[in-house]
Amino acid sequence: MSGLSLSEKVMIGTSLLGGMSGVVGSFAVLRRRALVGDMLSHAALPGVCLAFLVLGNRDLLGLSLGALATGLLAIGAVTVIVRWTRTKEDAAIGIVLSTFFGAGIVLLSVIQKPGVGGNKAGLNFYLFGEPANMLTGDLYLLAVVSSVMLLIVALLYKEFQLVSFDADFAQSQGWPTLRLDLAMMAALAVVTIVGLPIVGVILMAAMIILPAATARFWTNRLPMMLLLAGAFGVAAGLIGTQLGRDLPAGATIVLTAAAMFVFSLLFAPQRGVVARVLAEWHLRQRISREHLLRALYELGETRLPQIAALPVEQLRAYRYWKPRSLERLLQWAVGEDMVKLGDVHVQLTPLGLRHAADLTKVHRLWEMYLMQHADIPADHVDRDADDTEHLLPEAVLVELEQQLADEGRLPRAIPEVPESPHELEASREP
Amino acid sequence: MSEHSPILLAALPELSVDAWIVITGAVTNVACALVGCFLVLRRMSLMGDAISHAVLPGLVVAFLFSGSLSIVPLFIGAAAVGLLTTFLTQSLHQYARVPGDASMGVVFTSMFALGVVLLKKYVSGVHFDVACVYEGALEYVPFAEPVFGLPRPLFTTLVVLLVNLVVLALLWKELKVSSFDESLASTMGFSATAMHYLLMTLVAVTAVASFEAVGSILVVAMLIVPAATAHLLCDRLGIMVILAAGVGVAAAILGYLAGYWFDTNYAGMMAVAVGCLYALAVLLSPRYGLVSTLVRNLRMSLKVLRDDLLSMLYRVEELSSEKPLSPAKALQAVGGGWLAQWGLAGLVRVGQVESRDDRLQLTDAGRNAARNLVRSHRLWETFLVEHLGMPLDHVHEPAHRVEHYIDEHLQKELQAEVDATAGDPHGREIPE
Repeated sequence: MSGLSLSEKVMIGTSLLGGMSGVVGSFAVLRRRALVGDMLSHAALPGVCLAFLVLGNRDLLGLSLGALATGLLAIGAVTVIVRWTRTKEDAAIGIVLSTFFGAGIVLLSVIQKPGVGGNKAGLNFYLFGEPANMLTGDLYLLAVVSSVMLLIVALLYKEFQLVSFDADFAQSQGWPTLRLDLAMMAALAVVTIVGLPIVGVILMAAMIILPAATARFWTNRLPMMLLLAGAFGVAAGLIGTQLGRDLPAGATIVLTAAAMFVFSLLFAPQRGVVARVLAEWHLRQRISREHLLRALYELGETRLPQIAALPVEQLRAYRYWKPRSLERLLQWAVGEDMVKLGDVHVQLTPLGLRHAADLTKVHRLWEMYLMQHADIPADHVDRDADDTEHLLPEAVLVELEQQLADEGRLPRAIPEVPESPHELEASREP
Repeated sequence: MSEHSPILLAALPELSVDAWIVITGAVTNVACALVGCFLVLRRMSLMGDAISHAVLPGLVVAFLFSGSLSIVPLFIGAAAVGLLTTFLTQSLHQYARVPGDASMGVVFTSMFALGVVLLKKYVSGVHFDVACVYEGALEYVPFAEPVFGLPRPLFTTLVVLLVNLVVLALLWKELKVSSFDESLASTMGFSATAMHYLLMTLVAVTAVASFEAVGSILVVAMLIVPAATAHLLCDRLGIMVILAAGVGVAAAILGYLAGYWFDTNYAGMMAVAVGCLYALAVLLSPRYGLVSTLVRNLRMSLKVLRDDLLSMLYRVEELSSEKPLSPAKALQAVGGGWLAQWGLAGLVRVGQVESRDDRLQLTDAGRNAARNLVRSHRLWETFLVEHLGMPLDHVHEPAHRVEHYIDEHLQKELQAEVDATAGDPHGREIPE
């Protein structure tokens, strides 16, 4: 491995770090402990300084062990505070973070005094990160830590999954949730502390959160999320170091991850903003179309079975449509062959009548259900039904209709589907 | 310090370098503690951490536009970015369904990274030291250029402290209600959202004003820790704010003294000092402290143990059993251990129980107390059976738990509800 150039080493190192923090960070994000990474990276500072004071050199392994010690101490402190005092978790994290970091700053200024020996030029890198300092040995350390982390995640996969999604259930099933939580946080601590000298305090917190939060947009399944978060982390490491040739690499790595986050935020299927806005727009369109058909049915209902030709103005006034939007709705209905549009009159086609009658039936079924079972007065149900009718699943409708029919309350005005003229095969029933 | 403006020069005594450091620290801490109380109550403590990191790009951009480190553009930049951070965090959480803590983490770390890149790309060479943002330069405050006779960092934090005080005084009710109950705030006709953003603006401005003097780490500490400490000590918001300010001042003084003693960074020491004050409050708070909780629990257990011993002896007497109840057996019956021994020793000391020939016996005083307990126990059992229809074999346990809390008043009420002459449901007499 010594044949690698520095930039290759940096690339391998940052992508290892990215992948590892993506996987471990996924659990932290799901467990709502995203900011523990932030706390850990701050709490590492006093440990680093102490290790330096004790060892007198800046051997990465020694400093990391020091950092790990104070990191674990910080986790313990937060756990104690949350369990035993009325201070809430967010404040507990803040308290531990700032006190530990303050202690770190104090120790740092002790180290910087002229009397203290050792090569201290490199301690600041622990705060702000410097990938270019990476040595081949550091790369081995990263590789070992990543494999150990992956192994731990693989071994405790089921337990971590349970605790991340439903800690109360886990506890009620007899799992040691406190110990599992601590194990999860300890894994987070190890990853954070290995990454600190590479990307720095704040940006390490970002590496824990960003790939995981990005992956969450793309999937609802944990294994997929772990895979994606790892992949996003690796990609952020690779691309970020490429972009950051003359910029602080830690920052460019995080900005790359942030760019991936924003892209996913916008364009992920289902959970992405664009997809959700589109879905909402479609729903709104469907609702106004259904309202048009039902309005036409209700206005012409008295003259059934003849299909009445209604003045467009009367229709507009019925639901207070804006002329423009009514025009657009009618154009859609004409295109779908639901209505015939004259100069001043509009008339449902037989196809349109069928649809309109179905929609009205749904509306009235729901109204009746609300009156009967939710005790909502008759003059209040129209609005409620208006909101809900578009969302009722088929199964609910069938049940409602059956129930009301059993009670003899199904009004005649609701068109029934005629009986089948032939015998239905029983085998077709599901 | 010879450049004081003449008016203030007369008013201010010539202060030593050390006094300026302590005063600046104290003013900063109080300014942070005031807004911090509301952050802690709203469970948004880490917003202080987030905003104080996220303002970096705002500061850089403000610096680029104004070309100077003068305070007004920096404030505007900071306030704008503070609001942006809040808005983005909120929106990500609300509309993109990112969990609250993760959305905060995403926003502030990305902003900070952006700030670092901007800094490196456009501002290199200017005095804009990232380490200095962390650690602050409290040591150099007294030597800063004076504004109205005060060192500039002190002047800015003083202004911010005044702004915070004025806003808190004017909008006290609104901030209070919206912190505790957003829906109530809305029904009372003012916008909880507006209060939220106002508070975040205050946090951002306070943070930026304090950076120069004390560094971001002390800002984060002072936004959260004094308020959390005060929260452990009292239950009223007004008192909490005053206490938090007091804790801030105390931390400034203690931090300074410790920093002077060990000859190290003052801001870091102040953060450590306030952390220690919090730890003290955790241990010693009269109401919520660990020690007082422990003492309370111990006294409670002791009382329960003594009550159990007394009523056990009474029941033994009632059965007129000839078998002596030895202290060892009695202790074993109530669970044993040093606490039980302690409880028995207490009973003997106050003269309610005598121990003779390895046999425990009630004194007259003890018998009265025990009778009262057994009466409470049996009244409660009767009540449970007669009025709540509980089965016979289920009433002993709840009565055993509750007998320690039934006072004279409750006994009277119970007596009025049940027929005490008929004995308890197990057929035993209810003593008078």
